[in-house]
Amino acid sequence: MSKNKLIITQDPWEKLRQYTDARIALGRAGISLPLKEYLRFKLAHARARDAVYQPVQTGDILSSLETDKRNVLLLHSMAPTRMEYLTRPDMGRVLNHTSRDLLCSEKSGFDLCIVICDGLSAPAVNATAAAVTNGLIKLVDQTTLSASPVCMVTNGRVAIGDEIGSLLKAKMVVMLIGERPGLSSPNSLGAYITCKPKPGTTDEARNCISNIRHGGMTVSKAVRKIAYLVEEGFRIGETGVGVKDKMNDGYTPLLSFRTDY
Amino acid sequence: MKKMSLKKLLAKASPLRSGDVLAGIAAENEEDRVTAQMALADTPLQRFLSEPIIPYEEDEVSRLILDEHDNVAFQTVSSFTVGEFRDWLLTDQADSQTIARLSPGLTPEMVAAVSKLMRIQDLIQVASKCNVITAFRNTIGLPNTFSVRLQPNHPTDNLNGIVASILDGLCYGCGDAVIGINPATDSVANIKQLLFMLDDLITQYKIPTQSCILTHVTTTIEAIEAGAPVDLCFQSIAGTEKANKSFGITLDLLKQGMDATLSQNRGTIGTNVMYFETGQGSALSADAHHGVDQQTLEARAYGVARKYKPLLINTVVGFIGPEYLYNGKQIQRAGLEDHFCGKLLGLPMGVDICYTNHAEADQDDMDILLTLLGNAGCNFIMGIPGADDIMLNYQSTSFHDAAYIRNLLNLAPAPEFAAWLEGMSIFNHQGKLQSIQNGNTLLRLTSEAF
Repeated sequence: MSKNKLIITQDPWEKLRQYTDARIALGRAGISLPLKEYLRFKLAHARARDAVYQPVQTGDILSSLETDKRNVLLLHSMAPTRMEYLTRPDMGRVLNHTSRDLLCSEKSGFDLCIVICDGLSAPAVNATAAAVTNGLIKLVDQTTLSASPVCMVTNGRVAIGDEIGSLLKAKMVVMLIGERPGLSSPNSLGAYITCKPKPGTTDEARNCISNIRHGGMTVSKAVRKIAYLVEEGFRIGETGVGVKDKMNDGYTPLLSFRTDY
Repeated sequence: MKKMSLKKLLAKASPLRSGDVLAGIAAENEEDRVTAQMALADTPLQRFLSEPIIPYEEDEVSRLILDEHDNVAFQTVSSFTVGEFRDWLLTDQADSQTIARLSPGLTPEMVAAVSKLMRIQDLIQVASKCNVITAFRNTIGLPNTFSVRLQPNHPTDNLNGIVASILDGLCYGCGDAVIGINPATDSVANIKQLLFMLDDLITQYKIPTQSCILTHVTTTIEAIEAGAPVDLCFQSIAGTEKANKSFGITLDLLKQGMDATLSQNRGTIGTNVMYFETGQGSALSADAHHGVDQQTLEARAYGVARKYKPLLINTVVGFIGPEYLYNGKQIQRAGLEDHFCGKLLGLPMGVDICYTNHAEADQDDMDILLTLLGNAGCNFIMGIPGADDIMLNYQSTSFHDAAYIRNLLNLAPAPEFAAWLEGMSIFNHQGKLQSIQNGNTLLRLTSEAF
């Protein structure tokens, strides 16, 4: 018998792990968690913590974006530090003065505005935001819809997309944002779709897609879902609780879109 | 100088936490805070009855608190200031029975006020004198016991996945408070399916415990009407009418939920059928705080809860995020305040000792709070496989943590459940965990497909 088996009381139901990712059948040292399991937990927590504090790799994302025809606008919220970002959600919802001035000097009036925002997980943004953006732009380029420059925001919350969209006079904002990291998913990207964005918009007026990541929702599926919600939003003139996700598997949204706007 | 309103004084006297800073109502600096605490110490308890912090006319929680106040019970402390009340609570004169008799005479605001003047050891000392005992299919809160809610959540409500976590928890002696699932999908069909599964399990293995699906009270009522086996009615509650409205509830709706659940008559030894969750900051996040500090509002949520004689109530102390409770220190203090306030108001308090990954906290902080709450006489905590809730994406306490605190402080599960554990050969005759043998009948769960 191995030394480990003498020290650790085993739980004879390991095979149940096939049904769940929950940390079951960990065994025990005395009545306590075996060190191996504690360190495994600690590593997952360390990754989730690092995800909150890592900066977005702006340069890498810029070079991965296939947006030659458009410039990208780099913006910042009112929260100057990560600590203020975490404790002052109100500051994360508003642009700082420089960013506001920049947007005011830009051309405005678009159908769609894509915003990439660090949120609570830069790794999520680093991993998938460019691919999702490219996928969306590829679809939009095949329609008559107009898209604004892609906006990249640091220390932002979901609602900062409302101010950006309203300054650029965009009819629809797609916000791609790093989600609150979990132990098993520190790199999960969320997408929020908001029709007629303006400051003060509340969450019932948005549609949300969650868990876009390796091992979660794939990029291609996310692009289709976002495009579908955008299309439905344009069709009924609003997003949020009124829009129901009824997309068929074979359907490619937006492609036949002829905007009347 | 004009006298400061009670509302403002309570906010300034509150120990530092990020949520009150966010709301713009915290003390300006440390001196301002202590000065406010001194003024609060000199405030007569009587003033709390004549100056509602949210107007009586505007808020049904204020009306509940004042209409139900027991002035006869209050007489024991009616001549005290808040500071004198604190000192008195620490004397031997304020024993278990005296505090229990006084409880209906206390308002949530009085209890919140005195907690703000207390150190951690005071919060523990006084709470440990309060015994609040409730019952449904077992007895929770008896001295020298410590119960655990088994929380077997699964991100897609996969029944096999949920059962796997339940088996894990039962084999670690957990599940006496309740087997309670946060569903991933709130449809009545899904809720019914989960309720039937838990009912089968509890019946088949004769487990002296209760089940609960933590869905909205209206969904629970629908499930009852659809014939589902509902033991407990769950609801998240808050300390203002407006915040409760944002949860889609009123006091009347809670009464309907309670009556519907009571009508099922499923408890074998008691009739406490409600399960509530609360947490500091919920009113602010719903923009429904009326300029009142988050800890006082939390105590008002307990004012709501006590009307319905719950089996269980727990604060989910670190779930809401660092904009309300920034770090381990703030989470720990809040957890002990909440436990103290609930107990003083006569509630069967448990605590979801927890944190999110964007808060400045880790397992060490949870261990500290768990150890302190064990000493304070907390009724129950959460038990989650490896402390990692894979559905709600936060960290709470584990089955191992529950075993730790029971072992350290020599605490037992609810007596009916402890006897079942021994009968199932999970506990030995000394009431300690023993190694599970391959032939244990509970392991048959593994071969049954759901």
